[in-house]
Amino acid sequence: MTRKIIIPGEVIVKGEGYLPGEGTERIGDEIVAMKYGLAEESNKLVKIISLSGVYQPRRGNAVIAKVVRVTFNGWFMDINASDDAFLSLTEVPRYVNKDGLEEVMDIGDMIVAKIWNINKRGIDLSIKSRGLGKIEEGIIVKINSNKVPRVIGKEGSMINLIKDNTNCNITVGQNGLIWIKGDKVEDELYAKKAILFVTEKSFIEGLTDEVKKWFEERKGGKK
Amino acid sequence: MTTYKRPDGRKHDEIREMKAKVGVIPNADGSAMFSFGDTIAIAAVYGPKKMHPQHLQNPEKGTLRCVYNMMSFSVTDRIRPGPSRRSTEISKIIEWALEPVLMIDKYSNMVIDVHISIIQANASTRCAGINAATMALAHAGIPMKDLVSSVSIGKLDKELVVDLNKEEEDFKEGEGSTDIPITFTNQGKMTHIQLDGKIKSKQLKEAVELARISCKKIYEVQKKALKEIGEK
Repeated sequence: MTRKIIIPGEVIVKGEGYLPGEGTERIGDEIVAMKYGLAEESNKLVKIISLSGVYQPRRGNAVIAKVVRVTFNGWFMDINASDDAFLSLTEVPRYVNKDGLEEVMDIGDMIVAKIWNINKRGIDLSIKSRGLGKIEEGIIVKINSNKVPRVIGKEGSMINLIKDNTNCNITVGQNGLIWIKGDKVEDELYAKKAILFVTEKSFIEGLTDEVKKWFEERKGGKK
Repeated sequence: MTTYKRPDGRKHDEIREMKAKVGVIPNADGSAMFSFGDTIAIAAVYGPKKMHPQHLQNPEKGTLRCVYNMMSFSVTDRIRPGPSRRSTEISKIIEWALEPVLMIDKYSNMVIDVHISIIQANASTRCAGINAATMALAHAGIPMKDLVSSVSIGKLDKELVVDLNKEEEDFKEGEGSTDIPITFTNQGKMTHIQLDGKIKSKQLKEAVELARISCKKIYEVQKKALKEIGEK
């Protein structure tokens, strides 16, 4: 089904056969939007993809977080959402001295983490997985979290293209923070430029080809 | 009975030229501009975010906080900047007009800030403010049941007119000046009505019906603006 922009209160589809998904509600035999965004239907399930607004944390999301507070049993992190997240000591896969939590991670440090649980009391993070942990070097770029899918591309096509062309290691957090790590600072800044180009042109179709062209123009020393 | 012509030559049920635009403030989570002729309102939405100070937090549901502000240069005589008796009242009114359509129950301890600035005023500023605010809230991805549209109905002596300008608002002849701002959801439910002046109860019903029709027209403008931004 073609995606289309839906405004709150608008009827997306009529008929008994559909199921209301995220951002929608059933009123009578109509599926009505409760949010502004792109409406998408698959297997009779209708849902809305956000186009704007603050980052909505979801279980399983990989995010880049910043330590804002150290407590006796963990760290409070800013994940660019409406609420701070908590990384418990038990979710750190190494020995931590109970008296020296700040020796492992101090206020201002950045980490790559995964959201493993969201409940009424808050958001819980974990770094018990491969690729997660403290960020030691590199640069961090902040973009709008709604543009993250465009930066990653279909099955990672876009991000792989940028990685290959800049020789950088890039980790994209679902919350809109991107960690770039390369051998040289020039490479990192080049990758940052490419990512900002993607976010600027995010509405163009066939964006991957556009970015390919962008890289070719800059090839041969000129960056 | 003498009938009065509108000062700018509009028909009685004609709204001034409307303009609407979404995403006018890049730093905000959602923003919109709405104008009725010379009256221009911009709205910026920030949040949902944690409510501070903590004692204002409501663990049962989210809070909507509106701030209506007229820029000092928005009128011919410079107005003193900052909050005033009038602007605090209008802020509260706008909150009440918008709250029924918002679904912010699950945003406990959080607040959604809406800042409405009138950058140019020629009456009906609160209506323009509400229209801009509802678009900005939708743009910020806040869950809402519906959009709201607001219009002011006035009276030139005994004749009802839609979307007052300053001259009509101060119309002194006949029965005197009357201004009735009304807000409707697209489904036709009223969320806000005010009355400044005098009107017979029978005529008030006519005014409400007139507003209902006018709000449909405003809704189309808002809808178009919201759809346009997504297509880019």
